[in-house]
Amino acid sequence: MRMPAPIRLRELIRTIRTARTQAEEREMIQKECAAIRSSFREEDNTYRCRNVAKLLYMHMLGYPAHFGQLECLKLIASQKFTDKRIGYLGAMLLLDERQDVHLLMTNCIKNDLNHSTQYVQGLALCTLGCMGSSEMCRDLAGEVEKLLKTSNSYLRKKAALCAVHVIRKVPELMEMFLPATKNLLSEKNHGVLHTSVVLLTEMCERSPDMLSHFRKLVPQLVRILKNLIMSGYSPEHDVSGISDPFLQVRILRLLRILGKGDDDSSEAMNDILAQVATNTETSKNVGNAILYETVLTIMDIKSESGLRVLAINILGRFLLNNDKNIRYVALTSLLKTVQTDHNAVQRHRSTIVDCLKDLDVSIKRRAMELSFALVNGNNIRGMMKELLYFLDSCDPDFKADCASGIFLAAEKYAPSKRWHIDTIMRVLTTAGSYVRDDSVPNLIQLITNSVEMHAYTVQRLYKALLDDISQQPLVQVASWCIGEYGDLLVSGQCEEEEPIQVSEDEVLDVLEGLLVSNLSTPVTRGYSLTAIMKLSTRFSSLNRIKKVVSIYGSSIDVELQQRAVEYNALFKKYDHMRPALLERMPIMEKTATNGPSETVQTNGETDSTILDTKHLPSISQPASQANDLLDLLGGNDVVPIIQTTVPTKPASAGGELLDLLGDLSLTGGPTPTPASSVPMSQPPFLLDGLTSQPLFNDIAAVIPPMTAYNKNGLIIEFTFERSNPNPNIAVITIHATNSTEADMTEFVFQAAVPKTFQLQLLSPSSNVVPAFNQGSVTQVIRVLNPQKVRCYCEPRTHSASYRSRSSEISPFVLKHLQKSDECLSGAKLNIAKLKLRAASH
Amino acid sequence: MMHFLLLFSRQGKLRLQKWFLPLPERERKKIVKDMTTMVLARKPRTCNFLHWKDLKIVYKRYASLYFCCALENQDNELLALEILHRYVELLDKYFGNVCELDIIFNFEKAYFILDELLMGGEIQETSKLSIVKSIEASDMLQETMEEYISKPAF
Repeated sequence: MRMPAPIRLRELIRTIRTARTQAEEREMIQKECAAIRSSFREEDNTYRCRNVAKLLYMHMLGYPAHFGQLECLKLIASQKFTDKRIGYLGAMLLLDERQDVHLLMTNCIKNDLNHSTQYVQGLALCTLGCMGSSEMCRDLAGEVEKLLKTSNSYLRKKAALCAVHVIRKVPELMEMFLPATKNLLSEKNHGVLHTSVVLLTEMCERSPDMLSHFRKLVPQLVRILKNLIMSGYSPEHDVSGISDPFLQVRILRLLRILGKGDDDSSEAMNDILAQVATNTETSKNVGNAILYETVLTIMDIKSESGLRVLAINILGRFLLNNDKNIRYVALTSLLKTVQTDHNAVQRHRSTIVDCLKDLDVSIKRRAMELSFALVNGNNIRGMMKELLYFLDSCDPDFKADCASGIFLAAEKYAPSKRWHIDTIMRVLTTAGSYVRDDSVPNLIQLITNSVEMHAYTVQRLYKALLDDISQQPLVQVASWCIGEYGDLLVSGQCEEEEPIQVSEDEVLDVLEGLLVSNLSTPVTRGYSLTAIMKLSTRFSSLNRIKKVVSIYGSSIDVELQQRAVEYNALFKKYDHMRPALLERMPIMEKTATNGPSETVQTNGETDSTILDTKHLPSISQPASQANDLLDLLGGNDVVPIIQTTVPTKPASAGGELLDLLGDLSLTGGPTPTPASSVPMSQPPFLLDGLTSQPLFNDIAAVIPPMTAYNKNGLIIEFTFERSNPNPNIAVITIHATNSTEADMTEFVFQAAVPKTFQLQLLSPSSNVVPAFNQGSVTQVIRVLNPQKVRCYCEPRTHSASYRSRSSEISPFVLKHLQKSDECLSGAKLNIAKLKLRAASH
Repeated sequence: MMHFLLLFSRQGKLRLQKWFLPLPERERKKIVKDMTTMVLARKPRTCNFLHWKDLKIVYKRYASLYFCCALENQDNELLALEILHRYVELLDKYFGNVCELDIIFNFEKAYFILDELLMGGEIQETSKLSIVKSIEASDMLQETMEEYISKPAF
């Protein structure tokens, strides 16, 4: 018995829309799908089209329709236009290049590309141009190329866009379309013109050769654009009084690409750009769309300065436009140009800042980014006022970015330290919970270095804590400060404002409150415990602190427990070391990078958020040399590299190096052997060109030379170069001079680096540093950092006459030794005091 | 180029989806969901542009339908608004005072018209007249066929 004719598409749609619940709809759909499936099985040609159409509708509602994929192919292969229409539509919706099935289309498309009816050819071109896979494109590119040369403009325009798609999928095929582009621009038909410009743009973007080849089209493009502007009303292409804005914009975009970096082309288009910029009607969106594209083009090519100013002024006018879209677009464009035309953009600063108050979220964000780009030393105070106000009132999504931006700007342009601290306080108190975790160490470093503000800072932070302990970054910075400068707090030394009266017990109350509060994160608790411990050398309430520390020795939080146990040990066995260990932090030199990813080296005293090395070297370890070096560098992956010319005694080498200060049985041969000594276990390439001559001439010091050590008359300077044969190797030359009255003999320079580093110390020029700066000792160090890892190197100077004075060793940090120029120039050396070292002697 | 063009109602029901990039079904569904959520959440007098991943999203509401498309960085957003408007004009010309129901019941026609305006994410014809003529001629081909077999194809 024959099945009844499948219901018609519109009927189905109507029926499904009557469903009152999701379940009802699903039931109808399942029923219909079943019917369709059996119809497909029957290979019914008459109704296949209808069934696939229905399937496509159900697919749009979100139901699976994969069983119709093959049916689409059958429809495409059919002779009926209606079938093909639905078949190709189905293919575009249900098939994609992930399925093998789609390749079966290739032959059909090929046939249809050669069909006698242009609308069938059009269907094939459209499908190929929207979803053709690379294989299909390869197979059919020839057909497309043929159609690109036809005189039928309906087909020609489609072929052009199809070619664009082919090139996107298979860029190597670009060449074969080149001949066909010869007279594309002489077409009168706008559709063909437009798609041709798109094709030319695609080719120019992908190939510099094509770009130079097509530069000769600039005059022709200028002419076409001019005709569009000057010609009278053309009903077919008119949009609100403008003739074919779509084509105008595309031409402007192609001109941008052709004019970029090319003086002649840029000059050839100057006039037309000025004309468009001044003559385009701006009352409607369409005119502004053209102006927008014009501005982008002017800014990108080598335009005259007058034209550039014109462009920026257009953007300035955009900023005042009532239309939000225009304002948004203006801000976006200004953001792109603010680097290159900074001063011109600055003129519009107040308008931009006003946009911070706009109701539109997208506009606010753009205005914020642009505001940060415009901040400089002159406008910092005013800008910061606006930005802080913005921070107060903006959406939470913005707060993190805004806070980071404020910190960066403040760091760069702060007019005074007090202002800087105040700004930070403001951010911490208003948006303290949105501040990024990694700004905490930055802030701590900043505060440490603002020596004269310590009392003021700790007082303000303490008061902030009294108000609110929920914002973790604020609490962390505050705890750290109280631990560091608590003595200033209780002694009421503040000069900047009225000093508050607070007792030691009150301070400890607050810190202990942080430890027990539910609002505090484990990290914060770590901060406060450490702060309490530090106060043991600043406060007199020792017993109270001891009690707290011992309580937390059995804390469930492992981190806290470990800290407490070690602090306890500090009280008991190592009390003599405690004062030195908990001493005030020295000034930390800033790293060149302003990024928040820098960590602060706090030597013996580290917080877990800052360094993820052991927070305190285990004091119980025997103070052997190797261990000390390892501890210094905070890891186990350190290989001490002894410099090569001093013959090393295996076992007592450690003893030598350790005994910097005390009595030394000075070993070391009297004169170093300047012969080429083979360094131990260095990879072959480092041995290249081993001489003591200046080996490298390269790019003149990308890193400026710096003084790595300057104490008690001994100055060690580092100069940097990059190795000529192998740019991955950095070459450091040290110069040691001695301004004291006595020669420094047996001068030995040593360095220790992590295992991933390869370090090679070449022979020093001498091991005697003459007195009164009469000469210097130079030594070359070659460093290879293949993993671009941070390196902590420690120089040890070892000199007979020197030993009585120096009581500390200065480690330095060689950060970010990387390949790229900017990174190399950004690497600086930090010198920080190591109290542990001194303490252990 | 345009990456995709979506039409959906104020209740978030999809009325048309045109993809110019090959994406798996699952990802398409996710994008549709993201777009409808994002666009429907927008307050009335905000600008028509959004940022989503590395794309610029341009949307415009016409009566009960949202027209939403995704552009690359170098594409002109203001012009995209004109493209959306052109599409609406074409639908209006074809259906005569087009409304959402027209697009619901004749979705395949909406696709056919779109395929005359855009291809591969780019505009293929800037003349309204030309597109209307092409659609009429294609429809004529289809009707001839239907007359021949004396029943509507679907």
